[in-house]
Amino acid sequence: MSAILSLQSVSKSFGAVVVANDLDLTLGNGEALGMLGPNGAGKTSLFGIITGTLTPNAGKVLLDGRDITRLSSPQRCRLGIARSFQVPQPFGGMTVFENLVVAAAFAGGKRESEVYQIAATTLEECGLGDKANRLAGALTLLDRKRLELARALATRPRVLLLDEVAGGLSEGECEILVALIKNIRRTGISIIWIEHIVHALLAVVDRIVVLAGGAFIADDKPEAAIRHPRVAEIYMGISADE
Amino acid sequence: MEWVNIIFQGVLLGGLYALFAAGLSLIFGVMRLVNIAHGDLIVAFAYMAYFVMAALHIGPFTSLAVIVPAAALIGYGLQRGLLNWTLGEELPPLLVTIGLSVIIQNLLLVFFTFDTHRLHAGDIEIASVQFLPDLSVGVLPLIQFAVAVAIIAGLQIVFYRTALGRAFRATSDDPVVAQLMGLETRHIFAMAMALSLAVVAVAGVFIAIRTDFNPFYGPQLLIFGFEAIIIGGLGSLWGTLAGGILLGIAQALGGQFNVGWPFLAGHVVFLAVLIVRPQGLFPKVAL
Repeated sequence: MSAILSLQSVSKSFGAVVVANDLDLTLGNGEALGMLGPNGAGKTSLFGIITGTLTPNAGKVLLDGRDITRLSSPQRCRLGIARSFQVPQPFGGMTVFENLVVAAAFAGGKRESEVYQIAATTLEECGLGDKANRLAGALTLLDRKRLELARALATRPRVLLLDEVAGGLSEGECEILVALIKNIRRTGISIIWIEHIVHALLAVVDRIVVLAGGAFIADDKPEAAIRHPRVAEIYMGISADE
Repeated sequence: MEWVNIIFQGVLLGGLYALFAAGLSLIFGVMRLVNIAHGDLIVAFAYMAYFVMAALHIGPFTSLAVIVPAAALIGYGLQRGLLNWTLGEELPPLLVTIGLSVIIQNLLLVFFTFDTHRLHAGDIEIASVQFLPDLSVGVLPLIQFAVAVAIIAGLQIVFYRTALGRAFRATSDDPVVAQLMGLETRHIFAMAMALSLAVVAVAGVFIAIRTDFNPFYGPQLLIFGFEAIIIGGLGSLWGTLAGGILLGIAQALGGQFNVGWPFLAGHVVFLAVLIVRPQGLFPKVAL
């Protein structure tokens, strides 16, 4: 599997807090990678570094082998990197449809009239077809999460970064989103998914990495990764030494 | 009928105030920038029109063909070259635009002295139409009002029906997320400033046909713009038009009681609105 995205020797710290210490990470083309780690480990910061909202102190970000470390967020978006936020951040004053049209038009460098079809199809795929003309700020949490995904998809990404999509949802709602993400996978989009709800991750991803203390302490097949002693320590409060 | 006439004059003047305010409100809405130099830019465009009219031997209306595109270019350049670097916190844009205001006033003073000027539009200045036996209205204020309403309607269409408008609204909502969706916010901010200054260039030329201006006239226009926005309610273009009209009527009525009172009456109405309905008449904070 050839790499689509890679981080090379990336370091980032906020004062004394180290979120990445000489990190290497490779995402294969078409791969779905899960990311676990305690709160504050720097998982979301890595998304910031990949999308260009955070500048690493050292290291490189590569897309298809091309160094994109110095590119701006809009440039990276147009190259095919999209992300969703843990707390959905729709353009609340615009309709659901407009949210997608803006994303599709500007990310694709297209006229609005050329992207209406993409926007409509994407909304349908994400289960928002009947809510296209609602004001985005007035949606329920599940629909906001769907919109968060739909808007990211409307940019026609090749790499999709998902930040705790399942958090805050009921079991049934979580299943709906897992099914949606499985469908996204099938289209060939490569995914990195940060998630605390482990069974949701297990249903989708090919591989799991565990970030703690600025380093990946595990990088393995999903079942093996979650059995890693440090993972148990982090999630169960059990010390690996005991 | 005299009162009807006065109120009518106030309405027509209010259209111009609404234009000042629309430009101000547009950039505040898109990038949360309060442009203290707004009034001085209006005056600078009036001087520019004065210069262009003399150089090309054209009238003020024809000069708009030069002034409006020039204003848009200046706005784009000003935003990309200077104001974009000040965004992010509240204080820097205020300080920089205050500085800009002082610089513009003094440059105008150096080049044009303190003499007052007025733009001359020819016969149209005294032409009027008789609506009713006792009610005649100047053609010029009528045209100016119609243009003001048309521009505000046009801005409304830009905001809600075009790609640029959606980009303005998305960026206004959340600039960081907008960038992740491929929007170049620096360019979008600059487009907003270009549009804002194109609009106020029209307003500047119009007001300079009606009133004498000098290099220090700007801050007063800025206050009128602010008052129209606050009276109308933040974020609503039609509200801003209503605010401008109310301000215009108040000034016209105040001037009727005492020649020294028009501005006072405007400020009193503004304060009254702030006390009774601080959110303005038609508030809609998100653009």
